[in-house]
Amino acid sequence: MDICRRKDGLEISELDPFLAELLRQIPASTSIENSVEARDRIFSAPADLAEKELCKEWKTYVQPELQRLFRSATETVSADLEQLNGDEKPFANKTLFIPTKHADAWLNALNQARLSITARNGFTERDLSDNDRSPIGSRRDLSLFQVNFYGFVQEFILRELMECQENSSA
Amino acid sequence: MICQVGFAGLEVEPRGSMDAVRAPEIFGSTITAPTIEQTTESEQELDIPWQVVVHNDPVNLMTYVTMVFQRVFGYPREKAERHMLEVHHNGRSILWSGVRERAELYVQQLHGYLLLATLEKVS
Repeated sequence: MDICRRKDGLEISELDPFLAELLRQIPASTSIENSVEARDRIFSAPADLAEKELCKEWKTYVQPELQRLFRSATETVSADLEQLNGDEKPFANKTLFIPTKHADAWLNALNQARLSITARNGFTERDLSDNDRSPIGSRRDLSLFQVNFYGFVQEFILRELMECQENSSA
Repeated sequence: MICQVGFAGLEVEPRGSMDAVRAPEIFGSTITAPTIEQTTESEQELDIPWQVVVHNDPVNLMTYVTMVFQRVFGYPREKAERHMLEVHHNGRSILWSGVRERAELYVQQLHGYLLLATLEKVS
């Protein structure tokens, strides 16, 4: 897999079918359906639960706005991921272009996915920083790999954003 | 979130939540006033400063957290990094303190970036 900066965005090329499939899974991985843990993490409490009134108002007025924001980010990413559905040979490597103007949506959707997968699987800080972990041997290992791969993509997008920010302020 | 509602011509009992609203007398008859739910808080409560606290979580990347602090609070990179490291090492960092309304806005923005952030009354 190669990541190159292009005019107005990042290009991820030589994506093998496995990594391309992991990227395709981003929108589905943001789901909080059937997981209280994932829901509680994505929509975390704004204060100690003893602040009942505040928490109640938050749920009524703020959470719907956050929901819209998260959905919009996921939709942007889903649209970009359409590039991976070309009709080349099924096992051909793919190329994905992420426009700089979509960088925030990508960071958000990747974060939703990473947080949701982590909450669903109950990964601990230790799991997440275990770099000597053996190769993927179970569904749980695959989920952990997914979280780390999405983090890796996030790092590149962040680097791109920081450089854009520094160039514009210079 | 404090929502104070005031309507000219309607007398509002001072203080207390869900205050009763009395309708004005017009041409000798009393118009039934709409029920207006009011939430008021004492001046003392409004004066209490609140703080915005960000808590550690193992998922959010350090560079991401730094960028969010820069964007939300307008902090220079060094200050944002200092807070990020405080979160990382101590489990939490107080990012801002002041009036509740603004603190709520900051927490909302931080939740938009999916950081673990809460509002706390300054003790």
